[in-house]
Amino acid sequence: MAMITADPKDVPQVASFSFTPEYMEKVKAEIAQYPPGRQASAVIGVLDLAQRQHGWLPRVAMDEVAKLLDMAPIRVYEIATFYTMFQLKPKGKYLLQVCTTTPCWLRGSDGVMKACREAADDVTFTVQEVECLGGCVNAPVVQINDDFYEDLDEASTRKLLDAFRRGETPKPGPQIDRQASAPVGGPTTLKGE
Amino acid sequence: MPKMKIDGIEIEVPAGITVLQACEMAGVEIPRFCYHERLSIAGNCRMCLVEQEKAPKPIASCAMPVADGMVIKTDTPVVRKARKGVMEFLLINHPLDCPICDQGGECDLQDQAMAFGFDRSRYHENKRAVPDKEFGPLVKTSMTRCIHCTRCIRFATEVAGVEELGATGRGEAMEVTTYVQHALTTELSGNLVDLCPVGALTSKPYAYEARSWELRKTESIDVLDALGSNIRVDARGGVVMRVLPRLNDDVNEEWIGDKTRHAVDGLRYQRLDQPYVRKGGKLVPASWDEAFAAIVGKVKGLDGKKIAAIVGDQCDAESMVALKDLMAALGSPNVDCRQDGAKLEAGVRGSYIFNPGIHGIDQADAVLLVGTNPRWESPVLNARLRKRYLSGRCAFASIGPTVDLTYPVERLGAGPATLRELSEGKLAFFEKLKAAKNPLIIVGMGALTRDDGAAVLALVRDLAEKVNAVREDWNGFAVLHTAAARVGGLDLGLVPGEGGRDVAGILAGAQGKEIEVVYLLGADEIDVQQLGKAFVIYQGHHGDRGAHRADVILPGAAYTEKPGTYVNMEGRVQLGRRAVYPPGEAREDWTILRALSERLGQPLPYDSLDQVRSRLVAVNKTFAALDQQAAGGWGPFGKAGATNDAAFASPVTNYYMTCPISRASRTMAECMASRQQLLAAE
Repeated sequence: MAMITADPKDVPQVASFSFTPEYMEKVKAEIAQYPPGRQASAVIGVLDLAQRQHGWLPRVAMDEVAKLLDMAPIRVYEIATFYTMFQLKPKGKYLLQVCTTTPCWLRGSDGVMKACREAADDVTFTVQEVECLGGCVNAPVVQINDDFYEDLDEASTRKLLDAFRRGETPKPGPQIDRQASAPVGGPTTLKGE
Repeated sequence: MPKMKIDGIEIEVPAGITVLQACEMAGVEIPRFCYHERLSIAGNCRMCLVEQEKAPKPIASCAMPVADGMVIKTDTPVVRKARKGVMEFLLINHPLDCPICDQGGECDLQDQAMAFGFDRSRYHENKRAVPDKEFGPLVKTSMTRCIHCTRCIRFATEVAGVEELGATGRGEAMEVTTYVQHALTTELSGNLVDLCPVGALTSKPYAYEARSWELRKTESIDVLDALGSNIRVDARGGVVMRVLPRLNDDVNEEWIGDKTRHAVDGLRYQRLDQPYVRKGGKLVPASWDEAFAAIVGKVKGLDGKKIAAIVGDQCDAESMVALKDLMAALGSPNVDCRQDGAKLEAGVRGSYIFNPGIHGIDQADAVLLVGTNPRWESPVLNARLRKRYLSGRCAFASIGPTVDLTYPVERLGAGPATLRELSEGKLAFFEKLKAAKNPLIIVGMGALTRDDGAAVLALVRDLAEKVNAVREDWNGFAVLHTAAARVGGLDLGLVPGEGGRDVAGILAGAQGKEIEVVYLLGADEIDVQQLGKAFVIYQGHHGDRGAHRADVILPGAAYTEKPGTYVNMEGRVQLGRRAVYPPGEAREDWTILRALSERLGQPLPYDSLDQVRSRLVAVNKTFAALDQQAAGGWGPFGKAGATNDAAFASPVTNYYMTCPISRASRTMAECMASRQQLLAAE
């Protein structure tokens, strides 16, 4: 029997959390999108801001969000544990979300996954297997933090990760000669007048 | 009103109800887990699926509003198949541990699996397992059994008003939890156990104690607070195993407080099971004959004015009327049922009851709390106030202690000065009360047990008249009592007669030697040190404060051990019944007084319970009307005068220990420790 639980265990204790003035501005803008008294509607956006500031979501951050939005803390915990994009444990600098759903898998996500797993050290890189990222036409796809890197194979993934490790930020999108999701090697139709 | 057809029965139902409720009105039972009539609708268990004509697939009847011309079928092959399917899914992850589960025998899932389920499982994978949670000393969790109906979450959020429970995770990883692993900070947590349709939440003190089919069930009345909750006492042999709530929409709906439910283990400890007589400074066991002889030796021939009696907070009306008659026969005017010194008079009934009735709270549209913390004095009543708050358009304000009542309350001030300002119309809330159709003014013992209680009472009365709270069709003057016996005592006139002494007078007299004999009928909430050198007779069921000071102890029966009449704070006369017999040589209380009267040469004129009850009716005809509530008469009461500046303080400083039974209860001690730990952690 597998014990399943959403309550995070072995999470490092974080003593306190508060938004920096910069992030506080964004939080206020987020809350301002909703009518007065409906500030709780901003919870997902505000949690995302907290995660962006801290890298992941410790419980103190959720408590702070609850206080800001005048919600019961448990209501915030419910939301933070429901959505998989909220990270309840510390993550490396880059979060590699490798798509392994059928189209990506058929186009060789196994090799991409292998390269990512080898690179994962939970300091620079953390790997997660995810379901369809919706970029099937450019399969296989890896989402690295906020950007999609597409048309990968094992070798190009290694190259990509090496670049990240060196502190560079490679150009997102297809990693082969291709414009967005246009045909490889240039247009095939509507070429002439 | 929509007309619909349910299983061929034509029925007209009120608009706005759900199909499930309509089916119940038509006499068709629909199985359900998540639906509960006192909670919001969740619609997540899918057990209540029924077939609606022209609908492409079965509908969840609990979440579907009725419409005109609906044709509902609840017993077709489609419905039966749907229920079977739902049951099979629910049982995929539910362990089949009924033989070791405390819910076994009274489990909704078990019953419905038998009635509507499939006779085998086709699931061959591993079942899931979920770590157990910590919900405090009263609720035992076994979360693997949880079917995610979310009743407990909705109860905590809506009724109890503590948003501490939630569902974290999603899909198979969904869990009901507090996330932070602490006890629930509510006085109503025991109700979670009743609500849970499976064995995920069971009673911790009752764990592995008994099976539901071994228990003898007796319908009775609770005396641990003044609400008079309707309860069912479950006993096995001579031991009360547990207390459950009974449905009474006018009183406790279907909730009871944690003290009512879990203090009953106090009935097993520190009981007085035989008479005692003090000899050479020590209490020694004696026979009834010796105990009576000791009393007769002291009392016979004594001037009635030197005898006094104090009545406790949990006495039944039968024993109180017997005591009253006995004291009258002995010529003593010194009788008092107001142990805490509340400045209430017996004359005008409207002055000492909760006039609008508990159900009247639902009609109130402005509420003022004076010197009371209803959350601790009567948690179920507080839940009713919260329910009123949730239904909207009702202003709440308080004068008295600052406490979290689970709903927002505007705090006007702390003491009588604020009350005076309010009644003079100087505060804005006065206008709100005045504009309200049904203003409700709840005055607690924190305001009335003070030296200036009579003046405070007069102020409140004055305010009630000024805001037109007392009319032909509405009486919004409400006294929130803390003692179950108080209204009954006042109805029977157990107050000092002509030239008689009240509790303070009796204690002063005992010290000054003007009072030589004090009869304590279950009275433990007085300062027994002040009884001086008086000869103290204690009649009661627990070896508590009164018994420790006593010179003669007469062992009586607790509320589960005698048939008794109780009048709750709203003036409703209710009958408690005997669930078990009193331990050892202890006897029903009125029979003890009857026997003693014989020995004192003043035999009371009744020999059976029926005769005592006729006597009750003769003293006050209210006792003839069982389970009825009406506003009391109105007239002058209270005494206008100066008030002091001290803030009102609730008499209940510790919810879990307020009487001999709860003080003897180990469960209550654990609750207290848990609550203190939580406070310390904050």
